[in-house]
Amino acid sequence: MMLPARTRGAARPLLAGVGAAVLLLTTSCSLAGGDDDEATSSSDGAAGQAGGTVTLVTHDSFVLPKKVLRGFTEETGYDLEQRPLGDAGAMTNQLVLAAGTPPGDVAFGVDNTFASRALEEDVFVPALPDDLPAGVEDDLMPGDDEGLLTPVDDGNVCVNVDDTWFAERDLEPPASLDDLVDPAYADLLALPAATTSSPGLAFLLATIDEYGDDWPTYWEALVDNGAEITSGWEQAYQSRFTQGGGDGDRPVVVSYDSSPAFTVDGGESATSALLDTCYQQVEYAGVLAGAENPEGGAALVEYLLSPEVQEALPESMYVFPVVEDTPLPADWARFADRPTDPYAVDPAEIAANRDTWLREWADVTSR
Amino acid sequence: MGLSVRDLSVSYDGVPAVRGASLEVPGGSTLAVLGPSGCGKSTLLRAVAGLEPPDAGTIGWVAGEGRGVEDLTRVPTHRRGFALMFQDGQLFPQMTVGRNVAYPLRLRRAPSAERRRRTTELLALVGLGGYADRLPTTLSGGERQRVALARSLAADPRLLLLDEPLSALDAGLRERLATDLRDILRAAGTTTVLVTHDHEEAYAVADRLAVMRDGVVVQQGATAEVWRHPHDAATALFLGYARVLEGDAATPVLAAAGLGPSSAVALRRSALVLADRGSTAGLRGRVVSWRATPDQVRLVLDVPGAGEVDAVAGASGPPAGLAVGDEVRVTVDADRLAVV
Amino acid sequence: MTAATSTTTRRLATTAALAALPLAVLGLFFLLPVAGMVDRGLRPDGVLDPGAVLEVLTRPRTGRVVWFTLWTATLGTVVAVVLGLPAAYVLHRLRFPGRGLVRALLLVPFVLPTVVVGVAFDLLLRDGGPLAGLGLAGTPAAIVAGLVFFNVAVVVRSVGATWEGLDRRPAEAAAALGAGPWQVWWTVTVPALRPAVVSAASVVFLFCATAFGVVLVIGGVRYASVETEIYLLTANLLDLQAAAALSLVQLLAVVALLLVSARLRTTADPTRSRVVAAPRRPARGDLVPVVVTALVLLAVAAPIAALVVGSLRVDGAWSLASYRALGADPGDAGGQALLVPVTDALLNSLRTAVDATWMSVLLGLLVAAVVTRRSRSRAERRVRSLLDGLFMLPLGVSAVTLGFGFLVTLGRPPLELRDNPLLVPVAQALVALPLVVRTLVPVLASVDERLRQAAASLGASPARALLAVDLPVLWKPLVGAAGFAFAVSLGEFGATSFLARPDHPTVPVVIFRLLGNPGELNYGMALAASVVLAATTAGVMLAVERLRVPSLGAW
Repeated sequence: MMLPARTRGAARPLLAGVGAAVLLLTTSCSLAGGDDDEATSSSDGAAGQAGGTVTLVTHDSFVLPKKVLRGFTEETGYDLEQRPLGDAGAMTNQLVLAAGTPPGDVAFGVDNTFASRALEEDVFVPALPDDLPAGVEDDLMPGDDEGLLTPVDDGNVCVNVDDTWFAERDLEPPASLDDLVDPAYADLLALPAATTSSPGLAFLLATIDEYGDDWPTYWEALVDNGAEITSGWEQAYQSRFTQGGGDGDRPVVVSYDSSPAFTVDGGESATSALLDTCYQQVEYAGVLAGAENPEGGAALVEYLLSPEVQEALPESMYVFPVVEDTPLPADWARFADRPTDPYAVDPAEIAANRDTWLREWADVTSR
Repeated sequence: MGLSVRDLSVSYDGVPAVRGASLEVPGGSTLAVLGPSGCGKSTLLRAVAGLEPPDAGTIGWVAGEGRGVEDLTRVPTHRRGFALMFQDGQLFPQMTVGRNVAYPLRLRRAPSAERRRRTTELLALVGLGGYADRLPTTLSGGERQRVALARSLAADPRLLLLDEPLSALDAGLRERLATDLRDILRAAGTTTVLVTHDHEEAYAVADRLAVMRDGVVVQQGATAEVWRHPHDAATALFLGYARVLEGDAATPVLAAAGLGPSSAVALRRSALVLADRGSTAGLRGRVVSWRATPDQVRLVLDVPGAGEVDAVAGASGPPAGLAVGDEVRVTVDADRLAVV
Repeated sequence: MTAATSTTTRRLATTAALAALPLAVLGLFFLLPVAGMVDRGLRPDGVLDPGAVLEVLTRPRTGRVVWFTLWTATLGTVVAVVLGLPAAYVLHRLRFPGRGLVRALLLVPFVLPTVVVGVAFDLLLRDGGPLAGLGLAGTPAAIVAGLVFFNVAVVVRSVGATWEGLDRRPAEAAAALGAGPWQVWWTVTVPALRPAVVSAASVVFLFCATAFGVVLVIGGVRYASVETEIYLLTANLLDLQAAAALSLVQLLAVVALLLVSARLRTTADPTRSRVVAAPRRPARGDLVPVVVTALVLLAVAAPIAALVVGSLRVDGAWSLASYRALGADPGDAGGQALLVPVTDALLNSLRTAVDATWMSVLLGLLVAAVVTRRSRSRAERRVRSLLDGLFMLPLGVSAVTLGFGFLVTLGRPPLELRDNPLLVPVAQALVALPLVVRTLVPVLASVDERLRQAAASLGASPARALLAVDLPVLWKPLVGAAGFAFAVSLGEFGATSFLARPDHPTVPVVIFRLLGNPGELNYGMALAASVVLAATTAGVMLAVERLRVPSLGAW
């Protein structure tokens, strides 16, 4: 009786030891990887003869095809390194905190809801390209007289509805912000939080533009009417929205004006954006004050306005290019309607009140 | 050759435990440090082993005639060449008996044949031949102590330090093991310091004795010498003397023993022996109480001028009809008392 | 100089030398960044303004946040203890086939990344999910369930280790005196277990009260705990003053809790007992605990099962497509959320985990050695317990404070370490360090100092004495602690998300990025990557379980 137990007892540590050894071997027991040849994967060996690396700080949603990123290295000779720093707000705040010793050379993704803070804190240095392509000028940040921020893309945050869902129930879909607090639409809305998501903040600004100082009352009504608030856009759209690809059961969602282009089935889009509920979002790029490679940074900002990048924006990040006449994907041209007169709040007012609004919003919506 | 400790003082967190202790242990001899618990004897031993840093004083090893003294005061434990055996043995639980004993030999990189030979030899010496493959947990307390002793001897130490080696054992075993211990130490010829609170153990094992009290060595010398001449009353009581008579009380007893006057006399229980009925020798006393033990009859007498003293009945046994209140006479055995 | 002062000097020098490396690492990569952030908050213009700090603490919102944190953590702790006790009994006192597997499975949630747990709970509870009927999605009940899911293993482990070593004789004596099973339980077993239960409960409370991912991912933004509030204030509102005030409150609370648990810890040490009672077969009287254990197992398995099923469903059919996509080069495929294939990320994770493991084990060994060295004076003892507490602090500081602190303090010369690739494993090692220290300290403390002295007196140098005395009892817990550190590193998300370079992401970071980008394939890949991560973690835990380490230590 004793013997088998003893042998097994001895075999166990042995097995575990062998396992550990195998693990160590497969991971080459290295200090942090050791595959330095892959470190700048976007360069693909096209060495940076023009002078080193450009580090691009972005929010987490920044995506461009590898081919487009390689294009920058091929064109300019700079290697490109990316560094995501959380959502747009968190990224902006980190840039503000590290002003003067930035974690990169260029920042992309500071948008018009956050730009004022970055401008106040001397985060950027002037780097607006000289020959701006047509259309870019329209999106320049109001109040940015030095040319610190270069617009790259824009889009509108709008309420989207699942038309098929409403058609199946013979129900008229909501059309305005007011409709969203109508008990007839109780428990139908999903939206991202203003504190942790930039489309969420854009939607809050839309309601502030519409209701002025009464906006907290509107939000109380919204919450009472069963609005579901998620931390990010992706949870709202992908998990909660009926057309988001998951098993969501909310037919109304805060998303983008481009979203209907992604729900096309049999030549028709199952969803539509409510064009009277939109708030325009512009994303900027700029060279950071204290950058190690300001020349490379300037080259990158210029590259972001190139046709390669501009054409890739819709499919990669679901936003519209700022450069006029950039060809759009076929579905976009047909289904992504844009609002003519979106909501807008004066940047100075945003700068003065954003933190108070966000705190108040958090108070109204959380328990 | 031998250990020389001079004016050693050790303290714990500012509280002195050993104060100015000096010891001489000639090579080949066994010194017992005897004292009540808390007297500092274990601290003294640990300081000699190098486990407690002394505040003052030196610990040295006298290499031999005319070869000076090797100062060990600041030498770390493992380089002193001493071996310390703990009260509870402290065998390595994961090693067999054989590997425990062979441990110091492996430390010295002894060849394996030599290791096996010496291990077998030492286990035979402590009476545990054939135990080499057992694990310590399967041994009795006495067996564990024997293994610990063998392990200490395997280190071939120039000085063996034993910290209460037998006190964790029961009485019968302790007595038997004390005799064994003395024989083993004699056979090995190792210089030894033994710490104990049991005077019988000290007497059985050691040929030299140092008595400690309150951190101070109050007396040291050959065992028989210390025994015959305790330094003071407290020492005498600790050495197993049953009673100490001081001042005037000592006088009648000393006189009866044919000794000159002294300030005090320490009496063993058997120092006064009941004389035959009708004898007029010795002292007169009245029986206060008495009781029989398997070996002898023990009495407490009230002796005029000396007060209450202990006595035993002689080889002939107690007189028939002995009763409390009887007047009896006792003779005084001068070999069984000590003038203090 | 007397011998004693020179020895004391030498002892202090040895202690200082041992403590130097861990202290330097902790100081540079933890204390400095955290202090940098707190300093910015407390002295926005270079002047300390206690009034502003008080203002933050008297905000009604602060009160609500603290209250929410307290009641969810308390409830989570109570439920974890209530469910964990029967499971501890069944898994540590009874004998049945598959026991090791069940023990390992119960440990998996503890080291799963919060992101994955969030996804799994979402899959279960959301409308259309198998448990949608409970209506728990986004409620505090779901948050508490998540906290329990994470922490029940801690109770099972620490209490189980004590229970295993519990002497049966007092219970038998009580029974012999006429006590019925319930009387034995209340008069003998409960008092003997109480220190372990209280100690486990206090550490579970600590974990619950400082949980970030669970509250954020399961509760959404509707519920704020102190930890999520610090994140919100720092990352989104840049209200550093309020963040610093709350951080200090949290830190003080954590220190107080650690002190309490340290006090309780001295009463009983589950790993010191070397006697392990032989487990027996379940009997009829064990029905209730067995059923509860089965339920706990089910509750732990359900979210994991939902994850596995979800990862295998593509377009409503069974498919391995999500798993196949893990190895695909993302650059030219449809999914562009990633710079590297997920398989690369897995390799990064494993490499980082190897580094983080040896770092935390090395640091943990040094700390444990310093903490358990015998003190010669009261002052020395106090210094040692202070050091002990110091290395527990990473438990009580939010990842965002640390992440932003790195940015603020390590970005300029001479400390330009922000871009150092070793930053990620170092940060993870610090996160795992308390676990390693708490596993090793009781073991080292249980070694009889006299055994080391016996070895020394036989001629063994300190290193040899270590081999003969410490290593035999230490190596299993050491390997176990390494396993835990490895698993913790694999799952670490908070600090890593701030530090990992995008071309060298770890799996949790990749999962988070996949979830943050639209597309069914990305979602499927996130689920598949979660399953791979959970399986890897479970494998490591199973290996640890095989070593029968009294794991998770004494808190």
